Amino acid sequence: MSYTIAEKILLAHSGQKSIKAGEFIEASVDVALANDITAPLAISEFKRSGFKRVFNKNKIVLVPDHFAPAKDLKSANQCKILADFAKEQGIKNYFEIGSMGIEHALLPEKGIVLPGDLIIGADSHTCTYGALGAYATGMGSTDLARAYIDGKCWLKVPASLKFVYQGKLNKWVGGKDLILFTIGQIGVDGALYKVMEFCGPVIKALGMDDRFSICNMAIEAGARAGLIAPDATTKKYVAGFKRKPKFYQSDADAIYEKTYQWDISALEPLVACPHLPSNVKPVSSLKDIKVDQVVIGSCTNGRISDLRIAASLLKGKKAAAGVKLIVFPATQKIYLQAVKEGLAEIFVKAGGIFSTPTCGPCLGGHMGILAEGEVAIATTNRNFLGRMGSSKSFVYLSNPAVAAASAITGRITHPDKIK
Amino acid sequence: MIIKGKVHKFADDINTDDIIAAKYLVSTDAQELGKHCMETISSDFSQAVSPGDIIVAGRNFGCGSSREHAPLAIKGCGVAAVIAKSFAAIFFRNSINIGLPFLESLDVDKINDGDMVEIDLTSGVIKNITQDKNYRTQAFPKFLQEIVESGGLINWVKKSTKLQ
Repeated sequence: MSYTIAEKILLAHSGQKSIKAGEFIEASVDVALANDITAPLAISEFKRSGFKRVFNKNKIVLVPDHFAPAKDLKSANQCKILADFAKEQGIKNYFEIGSMGIEHALLPEKGIVLPGDLIIGADSHTCTYGALGAYATGMGSTDLARAYIDGKCWLKVPASLKFVYQGKLNKWVGGKDLILFTIGQIGVDGALYKVMEFCGPVIKALGMDDRFSICNMAIEAGARAGLIAPDATTKKYVAGFKRKPKFYQSDADAIYEKTYQWDISALEPLVACPHLPSNVKPVSSLKDIKVDQVVIGSCTNGRISDLRIAASLLKGKKAAAGVKLIVFPATQKIYLQAVKEGLAEIFVKAGGIFSTPTCGPCLGGHMGILAEGEVAIATTNRNFLGRMGSSKSFVYLSNPAVAAASAITGRITHPDKIK
Repeated sequence: MIIKGKVHKFADDINTDDIIAAKYLVSTDAQELGKHCMETISSDFSQAVSPGDIIVAGRNFGCGSSREHAPLAIKGCGVAAVIAKSFAAIFFRNSINIGLPFLESLDVDKINDGDMVEIDLTSGVIKNITQDKNYRTQAFPKFLQEIVESGGLINWVKKSTKLQ
């Protein structure tokens, strides 16, 4: 049998001799992740089931990141449920603020998720870890409760779609633009229940941060997982972690339901306009769109290379009068690195705020809610109606360069315009 | 299982922020979540629902976040089932796992807001009482029916021999 990377990982975790797309399997998970929104429900379901101990305390990860640092009493109570459960069960991969980061940046950084793993997370952006050559997929709280019991999950083996990117990326164009372009082409359900495998010379040339951005948004096309084959870049990233990775490659004659091939040499930075991530337009086509808020960060674009790009534009500049600039690094490590490199100073001198890691503004949680009529450009992943606050606000999605350039001018701006 | 109720019609790509906005995710109580179901796109939805009513929507229903609070909010406000052209994968599995009945049907364009419909989950037949029409859909795969019939995923796991 010939298999894709995704199929090889699922097969290895299924205990079966063979698998095929469309088949239901029971699979053993390497990592079961939940956050302060989804874990309380998983924990209460687990307790209600009558089971006392989790199947393996070392495979469970709890990250209070959505409404943390706790934004109000109710969210404080939710965060505390995670802390109490971690203590009770002896779960060491619980990250309190101070060591906490946005889960999808934190887990790869700590080597908790590795190539070849089967990772389930009660968070839709769990697909981010596919950038390592892992099968990582979002599920619900009850799925997590079940995994707490016996370490397993049910899955329907998805068919795979192949995306081949040829050519060379222009300046200011990165992983975010590739995934926005792809979603723009296939739509928000263009990969519904499929695996997206990203490949070609353009992907090979990308660093890990850009690869994480791409796989992070596979869910915005409806995909179960987004994968990139591990290569020298991946191997370098995971070298030195304690647990041993497994590197899978798709067979040459593996079956793909469809292959898309694009030359992206002419691609300019893209912006997803309200209210769907597929409503994608070239930045230069957007004339005179005034912004009230600029958000740089998140599990999509809150990594050090994202902050470096934003800082390269903002250095010595000021955010336009009236523009709220919010920069939030994804983890404590990234935060410290940004301080050391002087990036934090650049953002603060530009009139921005430099926030502790949190998912906060991305989902309209806290740290930058939009008022009625306000417009934001954000490096986040969703621009649904009301996503960042008022149902009468507007969210545009872009890469960090476009967001930084737009902060300076106060209008959605191509980074080339900043001199 | 037969469910009969009034139709509340929605468009394509109804996302989980539409179904329950993130600001309400500080509760896991279905009734509480239900009060705010669909609030962003239909402000008086929860008041307009009578117990047993049915949501009928287009493609990709429930896209977006993994929040199980979304199917919980739908159940909590009294909606008994969802019919859509297609469902986003996480919403699909969450609904099975918590026991929110749903059917996939390409005939939803023929159903109007306010129609009375009756659905038979076992046979996959949707009866439009208002229009006196029947629509046939695919019944659930056997594996998923087992989970639903067990009363959700946790009960199904508890019943499985491996753990006894």
